[in-house]
Amino acid sequence: MDANEPEVERRDDVMASNRLQVDSSSGAPAVPLVIGAKESAPAPPTEVVFELLDLNVYYGETLAVRGVNLKIHKNVITAMIGPSGCGKSTIVRTLNRMNDSVSGFRVSGEVNYHGHSIYASGVDPVEVRRRIGMVFQRPNPFPKSIYDNIAWAPRILGLKRDLDARVEQALRGAALWDEVKDRLRSSALGLSGGQQQRLCIARAIAIEPEVLLLDEPASALDPISTASIEDLMQDLKQTYTIVIVTHNMQQAARVAERTAFFSLDDAGDGKRAGVLVEYDETATLFTRPADERTRGYVTGRFG
Amino acid sequence: MAAIGGRHPLGTSAALHRRRRIDRLMRGSATAAAILAVAILGIMIGTVVVNGASELSIAFLIKDPPGGSLVGVAGGGIANAIVGSALLVVVATAIALPVGVLIAVYLTEFSTPRTARPIRMALDLLNGLPTIVTGIFVFGLLVASHGQSGIAASVALAVVILPLITRTTQEILLLVPKELRDAAHALGVSRWRTIAGVVLPGALGGILTGVVLAVARAAGETAPLLLTDSIFSARTSINVFGAAIPNIPIDIFSYSESPFPAEHAKAWGAALVLIAMILLGNLTARAMLSRQRRRLGWMPTSQR
Ligand SMILES: Nc1ncnc2c1ncn2[C@@H]1O[C@H](COP(=O)(O)OP(=O)(O)OP(=O)(O)O)[C@@H](O)[C@H]1O
Ligand SMILES: [Mg+2]
Repeated sequence: MDANEPEVERRDDVMASNRLQVDSSSGAPAVPLVIGAKESAPAPPTEVVFELLDLNVYYGETLAVRGVNLKIHKNVITAMIGPSGCGKSTIVRTLNRMNDSVSGFRVSGEVNYHGHSIYASGVDPVEVRRRIGMVFQRPNPFPKSIYDNIAWAPRILGLKRDLDARVEQALRGAALWDEVKDRLRSSALGLSGGQQQRLCIARAIAIEPEVLLLDEPASALDPISTASIEDLMQDLKQTYTIVIVTHNMQQAARVAERTAFFSLDDAGDGKRAGVLVEYDETATLFTRPADERTRGYVTGRFG
Repeated sequence: MAAIGGRHPLGTSAALHRRRRIDRLMRGSATAAAILAVAILGIMIGTVVVNGASELSIAFLIKDPPGGSLVGVAGGGIANAIVGSALLVVVATAIALPVGVLIAVYLTEFSTPRTARPIRMALDLLNGLPTIVTGIFVFGLLVASHGQSGIAASVALAVVILPLITRTTQEILLLVPKELRDAAHALGVSRWRTIAGVVLPGALGGILTGVVLAVARAAGETAPLLLTDSIFSARTSINVFGAAIPNIPIDIFSYSESPFPAEHAKAWGAALVLIAMILLGNLTARAMLSRQRRRLGWMPTSQR
């Protein structure tokens, strides 16, 4: 990376950031994000991969997430933080239609992927998930060999050519190759938790998705495994657009260029739903948050 | 409650005494009932072993009955019936297994509570249906028009074991962790491919257990055979679509009806063979099931 570049790249223009600050339901005025924006010349914004417009998510009658407006940029690591139950998992699972199987799940508003709604009729959720990969909180390798864990989906999806090379590439991509290259045929369940999670990442990138959604990928791992997964994300972001949900604010600060802070908010009717409070450069969000609630959350943990 | 709670434990009231007596009585009768169940099984197996052991020999297992029909002589064996029973059971399982697994897959993976309830109820009723009724049904369906045959017997046995296979398969499918299905879905793999590639292979051991239990059940079923395949013969037949096929339950029935003591002994011998086969099957199935449960119960996270 160019040494003259600012430490954190500014990917968004002020206009777009302003709009993201509007909490549409409460009608609060937009908080202009002038503090960070003046310090450095904005880097050219990258392409928008996801655009959420007034997204509401319901589980049955319960509104879980209300009025989220959010843009996710290509080849940028975007972190989502916020207290438990504020809807972070709900939102990432909404991005690849993983929630379709939950009975009562419903969205209103728009989830656009490269300008096309992924909830439009005629969209095949299986195809959506094929392009938008996901790694879960708990490592969930298949009870198959290491090789088959990775080769299974490509085989089914018709990516059969050079399967061995694809498996090797995926394992290298997930920084696991050297550890497992001599035991590809042994069970994946024999790997350590950290290795299993990297295997799950390898499995996800083996089908060459465009986006990787990581829902608390390191929360079940020890610090060393966590560090290796964080390093890995820096490599992966060259190729993939990454969204990571985390409870660990240091982790968000370490890996993400942009961070979205969600909170539970009362709509006035006594029912609490998750809302997007603030979305900005990670450095700005942690050091000079524009919203009181963000400040409270961020400083509450860091003292 | 409060009064009793506040009392010294030695100062029990009359009411508490009575409740304790009732408690002891209930516990006593429940224990007795449980012991009775074990005792009945023990006495039954014991009787069969005592009476059948003398008949049991290698020759009994590998030789056909002497002569063409019931002649009351000692010697010979029940080899043709063992072959026949095995054949009937294999064909019955081949019919019931795919259907049962598909029903279980539907119930666990695709059904809504509204569609699942009637199906589950139908299976429960089918499971409780007297097997002689199943026999009559297949008699009307196949035997009345085409005569007794191995296939008629196998169809009847398939109906008997279908709920059993469905139930065990369903139980094991429910044990396959949701995380594995999520993992497959997140890879852009369709639902059906997920089931075929991840869910069913994960449940294979459990399904096999169900099959073993079903085989044991089918091997001993007699009532449907009386109506669909009640032949006693020294002949060995392996054509399920041809005439009726000799089998162990009907042999036991025929020998025990005979006036000759030598054949009563054979009935005991055949009963012993049948019971041994069934017990063995049951024990194997149970061992397999608990192994499978342990394997699936283990979640793929080793760290905290
Ligand atoms: N499958 C579901 N059915 C019904 N309600 C759900 C479901 N999943 C989540 N919810 C509800 O939606 C809200 C948001 O949950 P979600 O799991 O998205 O929160 P989260 O921010 O990921 O929390 P955590 O940090 O604890 O993982 C919660 O109130 C939760 O009870
Ligand atoms: Mg969550």
